[in-house]
Amino acid sequence: MRPTAARLLNILVPVKRTIDYAVKIRVNPDQKGVDLNVKHSMNPFDEIAVEEAVRLREKLKDAVKSIKVVTIGPPKSVETLRTALAMGADSGVHVEIPESAPPPEPLGVAKALRAVIERQKDGVDLVILGKQAIDDDASQTGQMLAGLMNWPQATFASKLVVDTASKEANVTREIDGGLEELKCKLPLVVTTDLRLNEPRYASLPNIMKAKKKPIEKLSPSDLGIDLTPRIETLKVTEPPKRVGGGKVESVDELIAKLKEAGITAVKA
Amino acid sequence: MLASRYISHRLASRQLLRRAHSAALPKLNSVDADDIAHFSKFLPSSAILSTLPPASTTSSELSPFNNDWMNKYHGKSTTVLRPRTAQEVSEIVKYCNERGIGIVPQGGNTGLVGGGVPLQDEVILSLGNMNKVRSFDPVSGILVADAGCILESLSEYLSPHHHIVPLDLGAKGSCQIGGNVSTNAGGLRLLRYGSLHGSVLGLEVVLPDGTILNQLSTLRKDNTGYDLKQLFIGAEGTLGIVTGVSILAAPAPQSSNNVILALPKFDNVLPLFVEAKKQLSEILSAFEFFDREVYELAVKHGQGRALNEEDVAGAECFVLVETSGGKREHDEEKLNGLLESLMESDTPLINTGVLSQSPSQFSQLWAIREGLTEAVSKEGKAYKYDISVPLAKFKEVVDTTREHIRSKGLLHDDAVKHVVGYGHVGDGNLHLNVVAANYTPEIEAALEPFVYELVASYKGSISAEHGIGAMKVHALQYSKSAESIEWMKRIKKLFDPRGIMNPGKVLE
Repeated sequence: MRPTAARLLNILVPVKRTIDYAVKIRVNPDQKGVDLNVKHSMNPFDEIAVEEAVRLREKLKDAVKSIKVVTIGPPKSVETLRTALAMGADSGVHVEIPESAPPPEPLGVAKALRAVIERQKDGVDLVILGKQAIDDDASQTGQMLAGLMNWPQATFASKLVVDTASKEANVTREIDGGLEELKCKLPLVVTTDLRLNEPRYASLPNIMKAKKKPIEKLSPSDLGIDLTPRIETLKVTEPPKRVGGGKVESVDELIAKLKEAGITAVKA
Repeated sequence: MLASRYISHRLASRQLLRRAHSAALPKLNSVDADDIAHFSKFLPSSAILSTLPPASTTSSELSPFNNDWMNKYHGKSTTVLRPRTAQEVSEIVKYCNERGIGIVPQGGNTGLVGGGVPLQDEVILSLGNMNKVRSFDPVSGILVADAGCILESLSEYLSPHHHIVPLDLGAKGSCQIGGNVSTNAGGLRLLRYGSLHGSVLGLEVVLPDGTILNQLSTLRKDNTGYDLKQLFIGAEGTLGIVTGVSILAAPAPQSSNNVILALPKFDNVLPLFVEAKKQLSEILSAFEFFDREVYELAVKHGQGRALNEEDVAGAECFVLVETSGGKREHDEEKLNGLLESLMESDTPLINTGVLSQSPSQFSQLWAIREGLTEAVSKEGKAYKYDISVPLAKFKEVVDTTREHIRSKGLLHDDAVKHVVGYGHVGDGNLHLNVVAANYTPEIEAALEPFVYELVASYKGSISAEHGIGAMKVHALQYSKSAESIEWMKRIKKLFDPRGIMNPGKVLE
């Protein structure tokens, strides 16, 4: 990895276009997938990642040289990049795949990201990703990328403090037992958890500026990667429907209903 | 014989009117244990909530029925009945008419003028148990539902059929369609879908003598005689009880967008509205205004997600614009065109704005506007004046009221904390809210009739959409002529000679 110019940060934020989390998911009749003809938007954890990069620049000012966002997806994914640019990113990279292509898998995405990183003349010091995408909930891409790049990783971050002078970062992670603090050397992969920040609205002047920011278009073959899926989805079903409860009018009725359900009294 | 009965009836009604001037209610009887016994013959015990035997409800359990949403109006009813069918409603009403017991029909009890709670101990007839959708035709979009269906649940019912209810308001999680119809509710979508006088196709109403008037039509067009349903729409339960509604649902928009615009001064709202109507034309579906002070209250009380600090700087007021249309790209092109022209103009009407980027942000922006009412109620006790005045006068009305309160020495933290305005500017409807630390006669005397006289001076309406209820009975004269009021009273007498139906509301 080429070292970057001394003490300046180049941040890469991969983002994914997913079904919006407010949408009600419907399984397709063929049980191979879900209805995709619904509203999409940026994966909420990726919004948090973009917001964190923008906040780092607000805190470190000129020490952050560039914030680049990248997405791997069909033509419509470019809108997700525009939203990220409207939030404050500088430029974007769209690795475009055909509309009909199957969704890329985490390993494929991680390899594509590695290829994108290696193309960056100024190098990349910090990659901030969402901890998982709300469509597959895989939570693998960040970790796989760190492995491929042989970089340290700090996942499920709820706090990120970067020291450009020492090229280190202090990351607080959310774990089952509470919070864990790590000190990591840059270059570093960080994945965001919910409590890291609250993403800003895109305001009109920034939305207009975003229209003029550059987006580089690439294809998987430009990056020399193959995104053919290695996993076959056998079946997709909805979870079993919850049956409603019922109200009873009296204690006697309650006891009768319990007996009906096969629950017997405990012998004293 | 008939003539003498008629004469004595007329004498009695004149006496009633005379008494009505001094006391708010006609002479009615209170519910007693015999009445409960009678109701028990055709209602299950779960449908009778009463502090009278043999029922055993406590008066605190009756409290959510006896007190309105703002906790400003307090009834003293001993009995709440919750019938399940129009037939049961009819039997209750017939009996109460014979016994001379007053009835207050109650839906979601979200009304803001005290129309849904008793003035004294009238029986509360709650429609909450009548909550089934009766039918829906996805081709015509005609929905027939029980009056007790909650508005939001109707939205959820229609959603998979790609239709929407033609009205929407902040109280949607609690208000019922029967109540909406009885109050001719307006709300956030009136700009686009019109009023209930247009979208309601038919009603099933129980009249004060117990007759079930079934006019539940599923026909879009039906010009056969006098359109009686129009009397009940907006009658606030004083002419009869709505038990079923047939309404024309609208096709759900394929694409919705919203944006909150920050304006440097209020004077820009009117030209902004003209520009928005011109450029957005048929896709404009809501145009809402709120002033800076009420926005800060919403943020303080956690309504929706606050805008960024720099977007709010220097803004005197805000406008929320919503578009709904059939094709996303078409709508976005129109909306972006409008926003660009506003930002790049030589004399910009706006400082900046926030455009929603996803359905969740769309909901968050709406939550700010819809949460204003709740924020005001959390901040203190609200005196609400829902008025129609010329759009250009909105700020003047708010400022004049604030100055008047200040001149009475009542503008401080222990009396009136805030005087704010927000509303459906696209419909010319302002919600003037005076937020006080407590409801006091002093503040009320300072506000009324001052606000009504102010509205009358603009030839406006003292109640754009909230209705008259108990609150504005004495103010009706500011917006309607004496002749109009006289004819309203004649119609009331015709339908409800004994005066049992929501007594003391709307008319004196």
